[in-house]
Formats: sequence, C-alpha cells, structure tokens
Amino acid sequence: MSALGAWRRELAMGVRFACAGRAGWTRTALTALGVGLGVVVLLLAASVPHLLAARDTREAARAVMMSEDGQVRIGFAPTEYHGRPIGGLLLQPEAGADTAVPPPAGLDSYPGPGEMVVSPALGRLLDSPEGALLAERLDAEQVGTIGEEGLVGSGELYYYAGTDRLGEDANRAVGFGTDPWGGDAMDAALVLLVLVVCVVLLMPVAVFIATAVRLGGERRDRRLAALRLVGADVRMTRRVAAGEALAGALLGLLVGGAGFLALRQYLGRITVWGASTFPSDIVPSAPLAVLVLLAVPVSAVCVTLFALRGVAIEPLGVVRQARIRRRRLAWRLTPILTGLVLLLPLARSFRDADDGTLILAGIGIVLLLAGTTVVLPWLVERVVGAMRGGPVSWQLATRRLQLSSGPAARAVSGITVAVAGATALYMLFAGVNSQETEETGQDPDRAQVEVDAYELDGTEAQGLFGKIDAQQGVAATFGLVSGYAAPVGADPGAADLAESSAVVVVADCATLRELARVGTCADGDVFLSRSAAGGEVTPQPGDRLNLALDYTGVPRPGAEDLWTVPAAAREVTARPDPSGMEYGGVLATPAALDPARLPEPSTRALLRLDPGDPDALERVRNAVWDGPAEGTDASVWELTTEQASDDIRKVRRGLLIGATGVMLLIGASMIVTTLEQLRERRRLLSVLVAFGTRRATLGVSVLWQTAVPVVLGLAVAAAVGTGLGALLMAMVDLPVGNWLACWPVVAVGGGLIALVTLVSLPPLWYLMRPDGLRTE
Amino acid sequence: MNEEPGADAPALLAATELHKSYGATPALAGADFAIRAGEVVAVMGPSGSGKSTLLHCLAGIVPPDSGSVRYQGRELSSLPDAERSALRRADFGFVFQFGQLVPELTCVENVALPLRLTGIARRAAEARAAEWLERLEVADVRHHRPGQISGGQGQRVAVARALVNNPRVLFADEPTGALDSLNGERVMQLLVAAARDTGAAVVLVTHESRVAAYSDREVVVRDGRARDMAGVA
Amino acid sequence: MHADYARGVYAACIVLAMSISHTLLGLLQAGPRHGYDLKRAFDAHFGQDRPLHYGQVYSTMSRLLKNGLVEVEGREPGGGPERKRYAITDAGVTDLDDWLGRPEKPEPYLQSVLYAKVVISLLTGRDASALLDTQRAEHLRLMRELTRRKIGGDLADQLVCDHALFHLEADLRWLELTTARLDRLASEIHT
Repeated sequence: MSALGAWRRELAMGVRFACAGRAGWTRTALTALGVGLGVVVLLLAASVPHLLAARDTREAARAVMMSEDGQVRIGFAPTEYHGRPIGGLLLQPEAGADTAVPPPAGLDSYPGPGEMVVSPALGRLLDSPEGALLAERLDAEQVGTIGEEGLVGSGELYYYAGTDRLGEDANRAVGFGTDPWGGDAMDAALVLLVLVVCVVLLMPVAVFIATAVRLGGERRDRRLAALRLVGADVRMTRRVAAGEALAGALLGLLVGGAGFLALRQYLGRITVWGASTFPSDIVPSAPLAVLVLLAVPVSAVCVTLFALRGVAIEPLGVVRQARIRRRRLAWRLTPILTGLVLLLPLARSFRDADDGTLILAGIGIVLLLAGTTVVLPWLVERVVGAMRGGPVSWQLATRRLQLSSGPAARAVSGITVAVAGATALYMLFAGVNSQETEETGQDPDRAQVEVDAYELDGTEAQGLFGKIDAQQGVAATFGLVSGYAAPVGADPGAADLAESSAVVVVADCATLRELARVGTCADGDVFLSRSAAGGEVTPQPGDRLNLALDYTGVPRPGAEDLWTVPAAAREVTARPDPSGMEYGGVLATPAALDPARLPEPSTRALLRLDPGDPDALERVRNAVWDGPAEGTDASVWELTTEQASDDIRKVRRGLLIGATGVMLLIGASMIVTTLEQLRERRRLLSVLVAFGTRRATLGVSVLWQTAVPVVLGLAVAAAVGTGLGALLMAMVDLPVGNWLACWPVVAVGGGLIALVTLVSLPPLWYLMRPDGLRTE
Repeated sequence: MNEEPGADAPALLAATELHKSYGATPALAGADFAIRAGEVVAVMGPSGSGKSTLLHCLAGIVPPDSGSVRYQGRELSSLPDAERSALRRADFGFVFQFGQLVPELTCVENVALPLRLTGIARRAAEARAAEWLERLEVADVRHHRPGQISGGQGQRVAVARALVNNPRVLFADEPTGALDSLNGERVMQLLVAAARDTGAAVVLVTHESRVAAYSDREVVVRDGRARDMAGVA
Repeated sequence: MHADYARGVYAACIVLAMSISHTLLGLLQAGPRHGYDLKRAFDAHFGQDRPLHYGQVYSTMSRLLKNGLVEVEGREPGGGPERKRYAITDAGVTDLDDWLGRPEKPEPYLQSVLYAKVVISLLTGRDASALLDTQRAEHLRLMRELTRRKIGGDLADQLVCDHALFHLEADLRWLELTTARLDRLASEIHT
C-alpha cells in the first residue's frame, strides 16, 4: 500500500518534471513526437486485418454468381486508361427494369440501355480534361454513382453499363454477392513475406520508440542528481525518471492517435499502385489497439529503467559506469544462433508447413533480426576500440566513439533491422521475380502495341487496319490476316490433320518484311518461310492447298477452296515479328491471295506509335472499342520485353520506400541525438574554434562519428540480410542467388549518413560561434 | 614602467576604440589596448566589465562592431575568417578557465592538437607535446584523459597546449579561476616562466590581483572602457 | 541604519590614522562653515560613535590658519571662538588636491584613510574612481615586487611575501568593492 503510494507519488513528480520549464517541455515534446510517430505506424499496422477484411467483404458483395439459367445477361468489359485498369460489367436483365434479381452492391437499380453507373473516381476522371479520351470510349450516359459498399477502394475505377445488345449465348448471372470467401490458404512464400514485412516494419519502430524515450537523458540525469542532493534515494530517482518517460509516452500516444486519425483521412483519398481504401476501413483491431496503448507506456518505463541500469546518480553528479563492463559476445550471439537453429531445418522442409512450423519460422526470423541489434553494440565497441591514428577529425570522432559507443550503436540498430529485413525481402522478391518472369521475346523497339481480333473476315480486317492507322499518333500499322491451308491429298481422317496444315499469312510487303527476310517484294508475290525452329509444314511451289479450314486447322466438312502456290514463290527465312512470333508457312501478298478466302482468320495488327504522344494508345483503344456491343472482341496489348516483372518491381520499389521511411525515422532520432551532443559541447567547440580549428575539421568529425556506426550497422545488416534471404529462398525452394540485393538499401543508408551530417552542420556552425566562450 | 624591456618598441598587438555589443548590452564601449612583444599584461576589472570580450576581439575570435585591432601592423578585422583562424593556429595560444580539453583525447593528444591542426604529423606532434608536458610537470598523466586528472593538472595541460606551437601571443582567460591558491600560483609561475622563455607576449585576463601581480603592467576594464595604468603608477 | 553602522565602524579607525586636517579642509571646500558646523559635518560622515572633540577642531583650524590653508571669513558678534567662520584658501585647495591624488603607501588599516579620501572626493565633486585606480596601481606595483621576490626566494621568503600579498589582495578587493559601490555611496553622502 505504502509502496504503491510511493510509486504513485514519484511517478507524478516525474510527470511534473516533464512539464516544467522550457527545457522540460522541449524534451517531452520531442519524446512525444518520436513516440507519436511510432504509435501511428503501430496503429496503421493494427488496422491491416480490418482493412483486408473490409476489402474482402465488399469484393464479395459484388461478385457475379454465374449460372446458365441466370436471369441477367452479363458481359465483362474491362479496359485500361493510361496504365490504370478500369473494371466494367455490362448488365442486361432479361425482364428489363422489372427484374426480380437485385442489382450488384452499390447500385440502387439497373442502368438502362445506354446508361451507366460509375464509381466516384471514374466519374471524376471522365469529367476531367485528362479523361476526355476515356469519355469517348465510355460514352454511355452517367445516371448515378456506385455506392461505397460496392467498391473495393475509394480510388477504384469501375462502371456498370446497361445494354440490350447481349445475345442469347452471353454469360448469365443468377444474382450478385456472396459471403466473403475465407480466402485460399496462402502460399508459403507469401506467408513468409508477410511475416518478414511485419518484423521489418515494426522492429525499427520499437527501436525508434526506445530511442525517443531516451532523448535528453543527460540533462534528466543531472536533474535527478539534484533530487538526490535533497534526499531522494536511488529507487525514488528511478521512479521519477520513469514518471518523466511515462509523461512523454502518454503524450506520444495522444500525438500518435491524432496523427493516425489525420493520416487515415489522407490515406482514404490516395491511390497507391492501383490500390486504394476508405478511411472507414482503417480501423485498428481492438485487441491490437489495446496492446499498443498498453505496450507503449509500459515499454517506455522499462526502457528508461533499463537505461538507468548502468548509471549511478549520486547527489553530486552522474557517474556513468561506462567502462566497467566490456560487452561480451557470448550472450549477444545467442538470439542469432537460436534463430539459425530454428530456421536451418526448415530450409529443406518448409513447403508443406503447418501452423506450428510457421510460428517457428516467425520466431526464428524475429530472433535473427533482433539478434543483429544485440550484436551491433559489441561490434561497434570492438571495431572502434581498435581504431588508431588518422587525421584530427578522425581522431576526434573515433575517440568520442571509443568513450561511449552505446548511443550511436543503439540509434543504428534500428537501421540494421530495417536494412537486414529489406535485403532479405529483396532477395526473396528477386527470386520470385526471376522464377515468374519470362523473356517475352517481344521487341518494343519495332512495335509497341498489338491488336488482336477474331471472327473478322478479310474485308473487315482491312477496315480495322485502316481505322487504326488513321488514329493520330499511330506511325505505322503492320496488319496481317492468318489462317491455315492443308495440302490436297492429305487424309481427312488422320488424327494429326491439324498438324499437317500449313500457316497462311496474308499481308502487305511492309508487314511481310517484319515477318521474314523477304528481300524484294511487290504485291502479287508469295513467299515460303521457314522458321528457325523448323517443324512446321512448308508447302512447295506448285502445291495445291485447301483453304477451307476452321481456325484450328481442321478442314470444314464438305467444303473445299483450292489455291495453288505460285511457281515463282521464293523460299525465305522467317524472323520473329515484334511480338516475338515466328511464322513458318505461306506468306502471301493480297494480290496473290485474297484474304477473304480465309474462312476463320485471326487478325493481328502490330503498331508503331509516336513515342511523344501518350494518348496514341488510348486512341487505338477507342478505335477498336466495342463497348456494350457484342462483336469484334478486339483486344489491345502493350509489348514489353519482360512479363510479370512489373508487379514485382512495384513491390520491390514499395519495399525500398518502406525501408527508406524507416531509415528516415531513425535518421531523425540520430539528428536529435547529434544535436543534443553538440549542444552539450558548445563550450568545447568554441575553445577549438579559438585555437583556429577549421570548421571543416569539426564538420568532417561529425560525419565520421555518424558514418562509422552506420557503416558498421549496414555491413552487419547486409551480411545478416543476405544470409536470411538465402535461407528464406531455400525454404521456399527458390534457386538461391541475387547476392547483391542489399546494395539499394545500403545506398539509402549512405544517403542517411549524408543527411544526418548535413542537418547537423548548421547547428554546428552556430554553436561554433565564440559566444560559447562567455561564461556568464 | 621604464625598467621594462623594449618599452620603446612598437606594439605587437594593438586595439583602438573597440566597440562591441551583444544584443542591446554593450560589452566594449571604446576600449584601447596595446601589448609589446614579450610583455605580460593583466586585464583586470569586475565581472561583466568586458574583459573577456576584449580578449576575444584581440585574438580575432570575435570581430568588433567598430574600431581596429592590429597585429604586427595587419588589421585583423579586415581578414577573412579562414585567415584569422590560420593566424590563431600559428601565432596565438589560448588558456581558458575550464572545459577546454577535449574529454575523449588523452592529455598528450590534447597538447598535440594545435600542432596537428597546422599539419604536423601525429608522431612528431606528440613528441613535442610530451616535452611540454614534462616542462609543466604533468608528464606522468600524459596518457590519462582529462576526466581522470585534477583541475590543477588540467590547467597545466592546457598551458602546455597553449604554448606547444610557440605562439607570439598567449591569451589566458582566468587561467587559475577554477583552482585553489597553491595550484593557481604554480600554474601562474609555470605559465609566465614558459612565456618569458619563448618570448611570447601574454594577455592575462583575471579578476584576481595575486594573479595580476605576475604581469608587467595592468589594464583595467570598466564599463567597456580599458584604462591603461602604465602612466598612473 | 545599516549604512550608519558601517560608517561607525570605520570611524574607530579613522581617529587613529586619518589626516583630520585634510578631512576638515575637504569639508570646507563645500563652502565656508563655522567651527561647530565643521564638527557636526565631520561627525555625520566619519564619527557617529566617537564624535570629534571640539578642541581638536579648534587646534587643527589654528594650525591650518597658520599655514595659510584656511582663512577666517567673519565672526558673529558676541561669540566665542566657536563662532568663527572658516573658508578654504587656494593654497588649501591645492594641498587637498595633493593629498587626494597621492596614493597611500599600502599598509594595514589603510582603508580608513582611503575611505575618508573617497568621501571627501565625493563631497567635493572630484573623481573618486580615479583615486581608487591610482591606489590600485600602487598596490599592484608592490604586489608585483613581492611576487618577483617570492619567485626568486626560498620557502621562508615565499611565506613572508605571501602573507603580505594576501593582505594587499584583501585591500584591493575592498578597493574593487568600493569602486563598484561609488554611486550608492555618493547618493547616501549627499542626503
């Protein structure tokens, strides 16, 4: 009871100290700001489960329940505009507006033919000048907006269009909306990614909060010494210190809460990588929020008490027992080794991991990453202790670090976790990337866009080519119509009939040059092309071919349309067209073979666009857009050298951005620590200036002082990160590689050194004024 | 002062009509000062009178608001900051009351610091520093850090550091201010003896008359004005 | 009250050591006075506890008259010797200037004379701080000499010199303090 009373009394005294005077407020405000930043991140992390659940719920609410006896005909009509995907669904209730089937979530009623309902973001885009070309494509009358309950995020582009042109054979829906599907069991690699991401993002936050709570510690210690002088005992001073930290942490919770609410509104308005959300989705899960609310103040107190462990606060001053214990490696290696012991066996048998294994993996990863923060102070102490000689600036910096490397190492440990984690993830992503990325063989230098269409006859195809070629920004159109022809005499009953038919392409000379090394070419010429791979059927001049084949290369029963390969047909070598396809077979100019004779041709156009006209692609999309009508079914593709790499690249970029953010956070705390240290040394700085010390010398010394621990931290991080990355890759059976994945993050770390130094320079310059010599 | 050596010699360092204010408070209001080579001049006066500011102006640490400071005929306030710093490295030495030794460096490294700032190699600089520590009777603490030695030892180390580069002018601002009288006396004796040996002029700011008694003459600063007492006594 | 007490303490020393004649001359420079007025003014500034005996005023005035430093300006009818009205002569002013401008030989109980000099300077509108600076220079000259002797001498020399140096230092501290308080002293004297 009395012990409890003492605790309460002295904590309260600490809280009062925290708010006393300008210095007290500054310190408390800094702590609160730091803790607040951490709390914002923690609350956001705590909101992720609800965020994902809310998205799932709404996505399920508009799901199309397809069935052959459905009463609503539907057509999927997605499109793309300047790289942004736009979802779209065509709706045609068979009973018209009187249908009994409720419309999808977010709609009050079905849009009538020629009408559409759009998401707010799509509505804004359509009404804006930059969306003018899209408005030509989606030209139905806007009769409403989709409600929030029918959208995944605030920035989603989506529309429902009413139509009456869907035929009998269209897809049909019995209704819309389902229960959120529990989700398939996630891929092992994905689970691992999520685990590492959480650890990488949250561990530095913990380190950062711990640093923030220690801000201004030296001045606090002096104040506690004054308390000892008037009779407080050691335990009382510790409780007072805990009270001060508690005040900062509680204020930090408030700041963090306010920051979270503000950020939530902002996050609800932006779209990142095509993903967006609603403010109302960002709600921390209750148990996690309570955990944050309790853990932050409690850990603030614990960190403070832990920090005071090596400090003897005597009535006449503060004695740091700095040199008493040299840091020992043995116990510091324990977490890393334990982590390795947990993870190594999983390297061979993670694929079919059960929950227990997953937890073990998580613990292993956390131990490994946390282990770096424990090993770092030891390493900094050892390495710095061995440093001798060098120029004055180097000597000043290393000696300073030799005397107390703890604060520097602590600040850097946050960076280490971030960099190690990011490196590991980077490797993992790169591995997934190389596994999933294929060289497409496409050559965007020759053509940038491909348009495919089916079920067009030769004349319609020519019309489409003309329409596309007429678009502003289209520099060249290579249009071709292709089908199959079977040599006469082949057995119609043969199983490999399709395989014995030859490819027939009809295109103009310019296009044929893209398909084969044809040499001189005039309308009326025919070429017989052989692909590099070979294996295809290549007819000889004079062969008679049956053109009446369907699109799979099988002769249409009872039909025959014979065509003779002209004697003048030359043999040529095929070359890959810009989309990477090679045509081995008959290449004919329109005068030699009328494309209309190919019964079920496929139509392709390869387009070369004016690189300075970003709208050209959209005009092409508009030109081939058939919207709510059923028909051409033309699709537009952009040609790229690699496929599937884009998403991964985005994720990697996101990772880099996240790691950078974390490092900035740490950088901020390093700056505060450096400034505090400089302020304490203002007199010494002034004396050094009186001696004629160049500012540059002192500036460079600050640089070394920041750089040495950061470089050491980065080295440890790169090593641990690469090791962990290799381990993770082995666990998910990826080929282990990509050893240099750490360099972008390491580069960011280098930038951080520069930033901290640069920000410290103006105050350093200011403190180096001779005013510091004035004793009054 | 007729018995003083070089009484007719031109001033090594001279200031005329110095004015300097910090914000609204004037620290110097028309102060004059002159010192000849090899001379020890005490600058006396109550605290807040502008003694230290006068020293800072004379040493080129602080530019005066107006007035002139001439060292060997060169106008200090017209020199760029870099040249003034170079001058302080090469020609001046400093001893302050406290807090002047770099706490992370050992004593010998502290003393070697001015030499190293002028570009002398570490080994040579520390050898010379060790000689000076010997001379000031603190050779035994040469590998200690400032936090591990007494105040008197610290001031001797500081004096050694101020003289290690053979300065023409030694500026001492309350060099014994934090010491008891026995230590203070010893530091003053060593300081003045060493300065006389090397021929350095000493500007000795102090409010203690027993310290000022080590000087050849004194200048009293009161209300920002310096009064040269040479002609009075 | 407090200031009066302090002045009383000094007065004890003043009677022993100070030059009464110069002090009385100084008091006269403010204007001609009767002998009895002189005694009263002296007591007010220097003799709260041990008033000046009137006979001493009379004998001092006689000596000053003889030396031509004062003159009798007039006599009230029917009065005794205490009715004489004295005035300072030019020679008297010169003599006073000499006294005030001459530093005292640094010696124990010097404060009493210095104090009198300061008060007289203030009363007669002279620069009291210049007087104190002059005295300081004189003190320092002696301290320098002692310091030099000390550095060259053996332990006995050092101890003897240090004793003297500490006393001189105490004097100098008092000088500093007085210099710093001149303004307050002036305002108290003139009320």
